[in-house]
Amino acid sequence: MFSWKEIPIGAIVTAPGSAKEYRTGDWRSQRPEWDLAKCIKCGLCYIYCPDASIGWKQDDGYPWWDEYHCKGCGICANECWTKAIHMVEETE
Amino acid sequence: MAKKVGTEVSFAAAEAIKLANADVIAAYPITPQTHIVEKLSEYVADGDLDAEYICVESEHSAMSACCGSSATGARTFTATAGQGLELMHEVLTIPASSRLPMVAAICNRALSGPLSVWGDHSDMMGVRDTGWVQIVAENGQEVHDLLISAFKIAEHKDVMFPVMVHMDGFHLTHVIESIIIMDQEEVDKFLPPFNYDHKLDPDSPVSVGTYGPPHIYPEIKKAQEVALTNSKETIKKIWKEWGDMFGRHYNPVETYKSDDAETILVTMGSFSETATLAIDKMRAEGKKVGLIRLRLWRPFPFAELRDAAKSADNMVVLDRAISYGGPAGPLCSEIRSAFYQMKKRPQVVSFIGGLGGRDIAPEEFEEMITKGVEIAKNGSENEYEMLGVRE
Amino acid sequence: MDKYGLYVPKLAPRKEYFAPGHRACVGCGEMLAVRQVCKALGRETIVINSTGCIEIVSSLFPQTTWEVPWMHTLFENAAAVASGVESAIKVMQRKGKYRDKKVNILAMGGDGATADIGLQALSGAFERGHDLLYVCFDNEAYMNTGIQRSSSTPYGAVTTTSPTGKKSIGQQTQKKNLPAIAVAHNIDYVATASPAYPFDLMDKVKKGVNTKGPAYIQVFSPCPTGWRSPGELSVALARLVVETGVFPLFEVVKGKYKMSMEFEKLRSIKDYMKPQGRFRHLTEDDIDTIQARVIEEYNKLKEKAYGQ
Ligand SMILES: Cc1ncc(C[n+]2csc(CCOP(=O)(O)OP(=O)(O)O)c2C)c(N)n1
Ligand code: SF4
Ligand code: SF4
Ligand code: SF4
Ligand SMILES: [Mg+2]
Repeated sequence: MFSWKEIPIGAIVTAPGSAKEYRTGDWRSQRPEWDLAKCIKCGLCYIYCPDASIGWKQDDGYPWWDEYHCKGCGICANECWTKAIHMVEETE
Repeated sequence: MAKKVGTEVSFAAAEAIKLANADVIAAYPITPQTHIVEKLSEYVADGDLDAEYICVESEHSAMSACCGSSATGARTFTATAGQGLELMHEVLTIPASSRLPMVAAICNRALSGPLSVWGDHSDMMGVRDTGWVQIVAENGQEVHDLLISAFKIAEHKDVMFPVMVHMDGFHLTHVIESIIIMDQEEVDKFLPPFNYDHKLDPDSPVSVGTYGPPHIYPEIKKAQEVALTNSKETIKKIWKEWGDMFGRHYNPVETYKSDDAETILVTMGSFSETATLAIDKMRAEGKKVGLIRLRLWRPFPFAELRDAAKSADNMVVLDRAISYGGPAGPLCSEIRSAFYQMKKRPQVVSFIGGLGGRDIAPEEFEEMITKGVEIAKNGSENEYEMLGVRE
Repeated sequence: MDKYGLYVPKLAPRKEYFAPGHRACVGCGEMLAVRQVCKALGRETIVINSTGCIEIVSSLFPQTTWEVPWMHTLFENAAAVASGVESAIKVMQRKGKYRDKKVNILAMGGDGATADIGLQALSGAFERGHDLLYVCFDNEAYMNTGIQRSSSTPYGAVTTTSPTGKKSIGQQTQKKNLPAIAVAHNIDYVATASPAYPFDLMDKVKKGVNTKGPAYIQVFSPCPTGWRSPGELSVALARLVVETGVFPLFEVVKGKYKMSMEFEKLRSIKDYMKPQGRFRHLTEDDIDTIQARVIEEYNKLKEKAYGQ
């Protein structure tokens, strides 16, 4: 924790998006798992994730999961049309 | 060249804002501030001042718009008084904590109720702890000069705080005085353009006004407090620059015949001029009295005050505000604490007067000093005396 | 969804301007809505945020979720602060002191900040005609302070200040019609949107911000914590609320109402209400009353769109 002398003027934050460092993935009690055979690469899971934790891979277009930030809400699994995602309990 | 003109003080205030070339003015009308903002909207309407004048729907929004404007890097001004300042109150802590420079002319007015449009210092005392620099003017020339220099203070890299310039409602705002109005070239030489490092700009995104839980809040507050306290030196430097350039000198604490005074009267604002008449008369009678006038209310000039009152056995403090149920007027409380730690400390006596626009005549100042000395010697059962209130 | 095509999600701008790492509850529909709004606006944007869930979860010092310039001051004044930003940019561009490029100005707040405490500042900004977009993220209560009712809470919903009791059904008043209030200011663009329809939402955000002068969008924002609904249903509820006609999607362009989405038959409001704890206490009769009112309001809206 830093000293008062290190507080930037006006406590203004000049590092955009720095909250990315915070691991919200630790909150998770369940995680999405993909059955890529069912995936039609539509991107719906990507557009519906409240935590911007799904992208897609440039090479093959399949979803990419950000396990560092995903909170395990299950929206992606619920919204996937082809049921390519299902939620499983986090074990540890 | 600067020229001397007879003008209403409010207009000299508006002229100062025009000379400072304010970019954004957001204000809401309230007596006795109206003449300032009316004049400014005329300047904008006539194209004499290239500014955005935001006719907000309340003082709360006035100060909010000023925060947005300053954060975007614009030179920003507002003016208000009394109830308007009260309505702004919630917003005032924002530019102080987020360090958003701006200047506000406060035409000090009593607070309701009963409703009063007349002057006293209740409004400025109510916002004392919001973290602004607070400067108090005595006459029209000071209003003009201090407003211009307030922009330089506010926007200085070592300050970066919002600044209020206080002027007594009616007693100062509405009088006609002979005032030297600055010349544009002179002002441009004195006042550099505002260049804000952290302005809201998509090319360098900042987050302003973040959330501070207990593990960080006190550090942020200490940083703010130290910066405000330290700003005093820069304020003095900027006033000295003004004095060197234009020959009118301003100090955090002004003194009048106080060098060897045994009893010192302390005032703030426009009543100080009347008080000097009483001092002159008493001096002529051989009494060792003097006057201290505080120009800088925040950050409080402790060292300068102690130094100015070295010789005093008694200090008689006039407040134009009540701290209901409290120990003294707010100015007096501050002065008492300034001396409490000192080995040799004067007796400090509190008087409250001039409330809601009530005048104080020179004789009353004289009576106050005499009575103050007596109380200093014999004590009183009252925490403070109310001046000129009918029994 | 077919209306918008199945593969369009990938056409949305990829960059996130409301980054992950925010501290919102699991499955927060409000943050999903913010994310979509920010995607639509893109880089050239300044965000002015009021106090509430969005501000708290995104700005824990010394970190920030925001990838665009962002400012928060107070609860009730985002529209006024944004007025100051807009005016400052206008004058400084005129004076050559600010980048000479259009900057989107987004003022935003929750339903409490917008419909209640900040309504005056909002009205002032609309009336003065500032060139900005105001988005209200409507989760139908003061969530940040612990789920108290607002004037945007629907009739019958339980909140911590509209509890059920012998003499109370929960919220006893009808939801304030904020879009109509915005329309009454004669501003050129007003719309409602839902994050379940991201392309409709993003399209409206773009239209709103490209409207000269003020624009207003009310975005339905499911709150699993406040509504006692399962987090995984946030998007489903944001869709059901539209399909039941409880929160119809429409636009009002220069005063002309236009439905954004039509359904041959509205779904029963039970489908929408059942998963939500805040409605669980309602009797069949209560639900019938609410259903009747939803139909009535929906028809009034359609009349505005087609009636003239
Ligand atoms: C003047 C003032 N009054 C009350 C509060 C407390 N407060 C902070 S956020 C909030 C509710 C926010 O509700 P809303 O705008 O709907 O946003 P939400 O949290 O639901 O997203 C309240 C009551 C405050 N910060 N300031
Ligand atoms: S929503 Fe389902 S089908 Fe579409 S990309 Fe995601 S996993 Fe694949
Ligand atoms: S479970 Fe929720 S947070 Fe995780 S990837 Fe899916 S939608 Fe995003
Ligand atoms: S309380 Fe509701 S709106 Fe607030 S963060 Fe949690 S889910 Fe989102
Ligand atoms: Mg809300």
